[in-house]
Amino acid sequence: MPEPTVVLKGITKAFPGVMANENVDFTAYKGEIHALLGENGAGKSTLMNILAGLYRQDKGEMIIEGNRVEFHSPADAIKAGIGMIHQHFKLVENFTVAENVALGHENTRFFVNKKNIARDITAVAEANDIELDMSAYVWQLSVGEQQRVEILKMLYRNARILILDEPTAVLTPQESTRLFDTLREMAKNGCTIIIITHKLVEVCDVAHRVTVMRQGKLSGIAQGEEISYQSLTGMMMSENIRLDGKVPAGKAAAAVLEVKDLFVRGFKGVQAVDGLSFTLHSGEILGVAGVAGNGQRELAEAVSGIRGIQSGQVLLGDADVTCASVRARIDKGLAFVPEDRMDTGLVGNMNLADNLLLRSYWNAENNTVTGIHYARMAEKVDQAIEQYEIAVGNKKAPVRLMSGGNLQKVVLARELALSPSVIVAAYPVRGLDIGATELIYTLLLRERDRGAGVLLLSEDLDALLKYSDRILVLYRGRVMGIVDKAQARIGTIGMMMMGTTPEEVAKIEAVSHF
Amino acid sequence: MDMTMIIAMLGAMVAAGTTYLLASLGEIVSEKAGILNLGVEGMMLVGAVTGYIAAVQSHSLLVAALVAMVAGGLMAAIHAVLCITLKANQVVSGLALTIFGTGLSAFVGKDYVGVLTETLFRNVAIPGLSQIPVIGPILFNQTMLVYVSLLLVLAIWFVLEKTSLGLKIRSAGENPAATDAAGVNVFAIQYGCSIFGGVLAGLAGAFLTLAYNNIWMENISAGQGWIAVALVIFARWRPGRALLGSYLFGLVGILGLRLQAVGISIPTQLFNMLPYLLTLLVMIFGTGRPGGRRNDGAPAALSLPYDREAR
Repeated sequence: MPEPTVVLKGITKAFPGVMANENVDFTAYKGEIHALLGENGAGKSTLMNILAGLYRQDKGEMIIEGNRVEFHSPADAIKAGIGMIHQHFKLVENFTVAENVALGHENTRFFVNKKNIARDITAVAEANDIELDMSAYVWQLSVGEQQRVEILKMLYRNARILILDEPTAVLTPQESTRLFDTLREMAKNGCTIIIITHKLVEVCDVAHRVTVMRQGKLSGIAQGEEISYQSLTGMMMSENIRLDGKVPAGKAAAAVLEVKDLFVRGFKGVQAVDGLSFTLHSGEILGVAGVAGNGQRELAEAVSGIRGIQSGQVLLGDADVTCASVRARIDKGLAFVPEDRMDTGLVGNMNLADNLLLRSYWNAENNTVTGIHYARMAEKVDQAIEQYEIAVGNKKAPVRLMSGGNLQKVVLARELALSPSVIVAAYPVRGLDIGATELIYTLLLRERDRGAGVLLLSEDLDALLKYSDRILVLYRGRVMGIVDKAQARIGTIGMMMMGTTPEEVAKIEAVSHF
Repeated sequence: MDMTMIIAMLGAMVAAGTTYLLASLGEIVSEKAGILNLGVEGMMLVGAVTGYIAAVQSHSLLVAALVAMVAGGLMAAIHAVLCITLKANQVVSGLALTIFGTGLSAFVGKDYVGVLTETLFRNVAIPGLSQIPVIGPILFNQTMLVYVSLLLVLAIWFVLEKTSLGLKIRSAGENPAATDAAGVNVFAIQYGCSIFGGVLAGLAGAFLTLAYNNIWMENISAGQGWIAVALVIFARWRPGRALLGSYLFGLVGILGLRLQAVGISIPTQLFNMLPYLLTLLVMIFGTGRPGGRRNDGAPAALSLPYDREAR
């Protein structure tokens, strides 16, 4: 039996209005990759932020490598050998890899000897099978390489317990594979690796042990053979979602959005969308499943017109909008709920009324001879607040002060106000609590029943299976297959997401039945 | 023009350029840590007047220089409190500092306009070095403050590029959040660098009144603080290039008078324009984008207030 390196006992942490962690126990062992699994808002990150010294628990104790510890800052946690890698990297872009790793490290003397530092860091990297050019600038590196710099930074600080928050969210599948190889190597060397994730595919792939959380509580532990889609799904999904289970199917009618042979380049010129075709009908939700970074973002942005395409055709109803401006698409009935509500969705420093106006300020009804019809806007703001249950303290305050769930409601209030015929919703519930999540899905279903076509991008397979009428599986920018709700099963979709064609999936399933 | 005249002109160029050099070195350090200070002109004037008054009163050059540096540092400290602690807009605060410094220096110095002093920085020939042909008389037969500025070029370059303090300063200006996460006290670094910038601007002011013009009059710097700010961009935030730029601008500054002396008459207004024209050209052609990336050396987080809890 390996020794436990991290033991958390009865951790409780409350935030105003939310019980983020309630009496959670957690144990991780030396040399294992431990997945902390749960839906968004299940309390995984809170628990790990406590372990990394960012938050302090209200109750409960932490035992690291046999010693009872109290952390007052991340520096304390680093001293105890715990390193956390956040979703947003903390790296200086204009510095080299070596400079980033050495920055703030206590062994870095006043007179910096670049050669010695590079040599020390290279030694640590080689011992853990991390390949990096020490003299490269961070801005020259891919996201995957930047992540390796973060890992190296932690290892150079002697981290023996490494926590990674959603490490594959920004990686391509190839980069993810590589990351997992590195993590396996590190685990073999005696590190304890904890991965916070909500992706089942990953968990089944790499984890030696899984702790599942649900609504702030421990919901189950699985290890070795016990780790499977079925067992984990059961532990992960919240009771109420399983209970109210079935969503009535939509009534698909005429095509409202047609995408033909679409090719789009992504970040750094990668072929993100690689010959994609599909049709979205009125009255249906077409779910898009896929491991993050398989072209979802580029697809959504190309359809909504904010990203240029290489070739292909986009039809909104009968109109060819391939070369149309964003505004022309809006006027033809397209709504877009972007992936990043704060960056692309809203203007943080503007108030509610101004944000609601962003996609319709040119409409005659919003204008008077002297400019924006603010009296009418005030009414619309009140309507939106009531209809979308937006919790707002001061209507005149900048929207950036609102919580994530409320921000997303503002985006939806704006997008749905024009009764769109096509709604592109990219990860609309990411980071939202259960209540807001339910409301957003209810709104999308209502729009579907009104006759809109919804293209729903999500990383949450359970939600996709529940709400979509059909599921399109995206793999490396291509359609791996489109599955009807009736035939869709989580295992099938998961395999297709990993690049297995529907035919191969059928064969595998046929074999496994006998 | 014969050789002696050219050497004399280049010597004058070094003297004229030293005001720019001291001030822009300070601004480089401040900006490297992420704090843009457009108050150089104001800090310079306050340093100029306080240094001059201290010289008149104390008859000590050391006291005068120290007073000018402290005054400049205090001015920068106002900027630091506003921008680092209170997270005010750095452009607005810097402009306010310049206007404030211009007014304050005129008020404080009104009784000293036209007052003469013998407590001045005189040229000190460095034994040996000043005997080197051409370079000797140009660089090594100057006032003490010129030598100080030359040493500062080396020292600042060394600290920024070769020490862990430099690493911390540069990273504070590039990405304060990452710097904070690495356990560096970003606020201390920014305060220190900002005040250091003011100290050097104050010293540049003392150079004007006690080593170059040898007199105090209202608004004696006449926009030289602004040129120092522009020089930082010209120098791409590098001390060595700041030296070259300062002397180049110094040369342009004295050229009008010198050319008139040899009978070539070009309107002085045209020459007064040149430094700014040069700055504009540098801005247009100097900010290349090799590899699709800005490579002008500007700190990425320059003038962006850092708030740990910002969302």
